[in-house]
Amino acid sequence: MDAGLVTFSFLVVLVLGGAFGVVITRNVAHAALYLLMSLASVAGVFILLVAEFLALVQVLIYGGAITIVLLFALMLTRAEEFSNVRDNPQWAVAGVAAISIFGVLSSVIFSNKLDVQQPIGPGLEELGAELFTNWVVPFEIASVVLLVALIGAIILARASDGQGGE
Amino acid sequence: MELYHVELLSAALFAIGVYGVLARRNAVMILMSIELILNAVNINAVAYAAFLDPGRLVGQVITIFVITVAAAEVGLAMAIILRLYRIRATANVDEADSMKW
Repeated sequence: MDAGLVTFSFLVVLVLGGAFGVVITRNVAHAALYLLMSLASVAGVFILLVAEFLALVQVLIYGGAITIVLLFALMLTRAEEFSNVRDNPQWAVAGVAAISIFGVLSSVIFSNKLDVQQPIGPGLEELGAELFTNWVVPFEIASVVLLVALIGAIILARASDGQGGE
Repeated sequence: MELYHVELLSAALFAIGVYGVLARRNAVMILMSIELILNAVNINAVAYAAFLDPGRLVGQVITIFVITVAAAEVGLAMAIILRLYRIRATANVDEADSMKW
């Protein structure tokens, strides 16, 4: 076993452990922290796949922004009342569906093993050049999407004291 | 580390996320499970970009867009959940059924 595989196995344990924590725990705040653990470990997987910029973005956006937004929203809405929501009684069916999805995907993966070389990743310079030449229109559209989402979120969240949406 | 190791990790993360979306009733928990699914897709895209398409960057660029859309989605979804909580005093998606036929 080489060092990369050992590191990868460690990260797999963290990613899947955090993911199981998210779907199993009853406490919503704990679930948000498990989600942070899982997503930060995904950043480690990105580093192993030679995508350093994406690892940085992952930590910033998921670890820094999304988890904090979730925790803030829980804080603003009295999280203990959220915790009273029990799981769906069909959780067994959901488990069967999830396991069968994993079975199908892994059988496809094992029946189509590709012969591959080592992971190679271009540097940040190439990524930036690609993003701002071939992908510049989708990039700008993405920024517009973010702006619209921000404005929409603000309008949705404060509609009650404005024109009274109810 | 082989490509299929990363693919298996991605499949497992996806399956866990699907379980969370189907089994949870709390809207915030469903949102977190959707984040898990999106991350499974991201891992897959980055892995294929690194192993199979080393000269080009389509996988990484797609991942950047997925992360952008995920951020927008979380902002909007949290606003909707806060609104639902304010109107109905619940975050249980089974109780928000006024559009159910």
